Amino acid sequence: MAISDVKEYTHLSEEQVEELGRELDAIREEIEQSRGAADAAYINRLITIQRRLAAAGRVTLFASRYKPAFFAGATMLGIAKILENMEIGHNVMHGQWDWMNDPEIHSSNWEWDTAQPAEQWKHSHNYVHHQFTNVLGHDNDIGYGVLRMAREQKWHPVNIGQPVYNALLALLFQWGVSLHDLDLEAIRKRRKDPKEMKRQLRQIGRKVRRQFAKDYVVYPLLSGPNAISTMKANALANLMRNVWSYTIIFCGHFPDGALHFTEEELEDETRAEWYLRQMLGSANFTGSKLLHIMSGNLGFQIEHHLFPDLPSNRYAEIAVKVRELCERYDIPYTTGPLHKQYGQVLRTIHKLALPNKMTSDDGPEPPSGFHRQRRLTDEERPVRRLETGTYIRRSA
Amino acid sequence: MATTEAQETTRAARIPDWQTVRDMAARLTTPLHPDDYLSLINPLWSARELRGRIERVTPETDDAATLVIKPGWGWSFDHEAGQYIGIGVEVDGRYHWRSYSLSSVPRRDKRTITITVRAMPEGFLSDHLVRGLEPGTIVRLAAPAGEFTLPDPPPAKTLFLVAGSGITPVMSMLRTLDRRDTMPDALVVYSSPTEDRMIFRDELRELHEKHPTLTVVQRFTDEEGMLDLATDLEKVCPDWRERGTWACGPAPMLDAAEELWAAAGLDKQLHLERFSLELGGDAEGGTITFANSGKRVEVDGATTLLEAGEQAGVGMPYGCRIGICHTCTLTMASGRIKDLRNGEEHQEPNEAVQTCITAACGDVTLNI
Repeated sequence: MAISDVKEYTHLSEEQVEELGRELDAIREEIEQSRGAADAAYINRLITIQRRLAAAGRVTLFASRYKPAFFAGATMLGIAKILENMEIGHNVMHGQWDWMNDPEIHSSNWEWDTAQPAEQWKHSHNYVHHQFTNVLGHDNDIGYGVLRMAREQKWHPVNIGQPVYNALLALLFQWGVSLHDLDLEAIRKRRKDPKEMKRQLRQIGRKVRRQFAKDYVVYPLLSGPNAISTMKANALANLMRNVWSYTIIFCGHFPDGALHFTEEELEDETRAEWYLRQMLGSANFTGSKLLHIMSGNLGFQIEHHLFPDLPSNRYAEIAVKVRELCERYDIPYTTGPLHKQYGQVLRTIHKLALPNKMTSDDGPEPPSGFHRQRRLTDEERPVRRLETGTYIRRSA
Repeated sequence: MATTEAQETTRAARIPDWQTVRDMAARLTTPLHPDDYLSLINPLWSARELRGRIERVTPETDDAATLVIKPGWGWSFDHEAGQYIGIGVEVDGRYHWRSYSLSSVPRRDKRTITITVRAMPEGFLSDHLVRGLEPGTIVRLAAPAGEFTLPDPPPAKTLFLVAGSGITPVMSMLRTLDRRDTMPDALVVYSSPTEDRMIFRDELRELHEKHPTLTVVQRFTDEEGMLDLATDLEKVCPDWRERGTWACGPAPMLDAAEELWAAAGLDKQLHLERFSLELGGDAEGGTITFANSGKRVEVDGATTLLEAGEQAGVGMPYGCRIGICHTCTLTMASGRIKDLRNGEEHQEPNEAVQTCITAACGDVTLNI
């Protein structure tokens, strides 16, 4: 059931929630004060590894007609794309590394190796998703406008196809994401400002052309007689990245235990209540250090949502403190192994393909089906929070 | 400038080719730049942000040193004597940016540039530059800028009014005049606390011996006190009204000079170095509110948000002051501002803005 008041749900008094907020602020303060050379070395080292891996993969694929070169090259390139999107791009664009004052690693001008232009990502993700996390009718990431992921979302016969849509979304994830900020629904209903639509489409067109040309025209041509196999290897690398990032991202807010909220929760929401909503709405997963790096440290989704702009390499140590807080305040802390978390996601996708009355739910039946006819515009939303990362709109 | 026409043509012919190669290579590296990969091989092989490598740190006095820097790709070596550069140095994971006058002569054949830095008692960065920089360190650079330059040929009679490390841009000018052998009747009035702390004193003596028209008046302020322009200038330089003057030193000295020359109606003859970017494009100005302190200041459209904050006594963060390093970035809670470099306007609430290159168009509130 969607929650309309986080305090009431967690049985915490207003004072307790504010105290929790102060403790979380103190964690933030401590990390901000201790950011330094070791953190800078971490991101610089990771960027170096990622670029070397990408270069090595591209060069190996010039010999892509040989099976070992094909698979080694595609794997290196796939891993490089995953690292770039997850641990580097996503986190840089949140402003996690802005404190270094390095113009080459800065949220204002980072462009990532995927089809969606960075500017549109920063709007749909940093602002809309991180500020309104899991609030029905506000957070467009609940099912990405494609899947029904909450029982409160009204069922429609078209939802029966969910297992298929889900598989397609996993395979074509980068293209799905590239259209996310456009709001296709508004375009179809002719509600979208045509000037803004043209601007966004121009941005997407430019980015897609360059991304597509690189992987499917330029490098294949450079491989000469191996053009076709290089093209296939590049497609495989993109596929690896698509499926992996889809999996990680779906484990952030869709496993059991990650809760949804109604828009009443947003009314006069304090910073501490916002913190509490982030904790209740996000889910972690457990794993090795390597797994966490490969997933952009989003296995620490709860910590990431509390502190979206703190460096990701510090989330592991923050998690120890956040977990301790959760125990002390008796707040649920959702986590589990990756396969278990994804299993729950898959179950929800399949269950919610059907109307509510045909499936069971642990919680009571939601009082009424929630259905907003459209996405909200920025003007209709509460003012922006600063800690979720910047969003700068360029005029071009 | 002494760039010949032939040089201009070869460079112009070379640059488009270079750009074409870069654009083609960028097809392979998009969304990154080719430089992002090449700099993995050699850190200087990047023109994305200008970089340099510290070759030597030569002590000038106890507390000042000359940094010899080999710039990387994209550096054009055609600065004018008297201009300054930005330098960004990583200390504890963070880039810190400052501007320093170039002390070297503009010439391409040397492949290096120099800046001369004095360790300020309160300036941890200048101290780090003088004492803590190892040869081989990679630094970031910002292209030469500034209007504090000499015309060629220089005025027949010139006065250089300098104090402390304010000598550096003037040294670049004097070295250039020496190299071109166009030394005019030049008087250098140079203040320093003691003789030991006077940077370039030996070189100035040698220059004087080589060019009798160059004279240096030294003033050691620990013994003789500060030069009071209103009374002392007549004594050391009775004909200052006839000279083209270049002044560089602490702000109070520059303020006093500005006042004196303005009173004499000669402000056109006075050139000052205050390390500020010449920005085009005029905004409308307005009242700027600093949210945390509640301070307010009314400014015109040529004043940057950073300068406005400094006027109001707000502790504004800043680095390069020329729009490169993002150190000065603050959140604008509300209002409309203009980027003075290109006239672009920004008015999104809660937008991150670079205060050193933007000015207000109407009322603006900054979150600081």
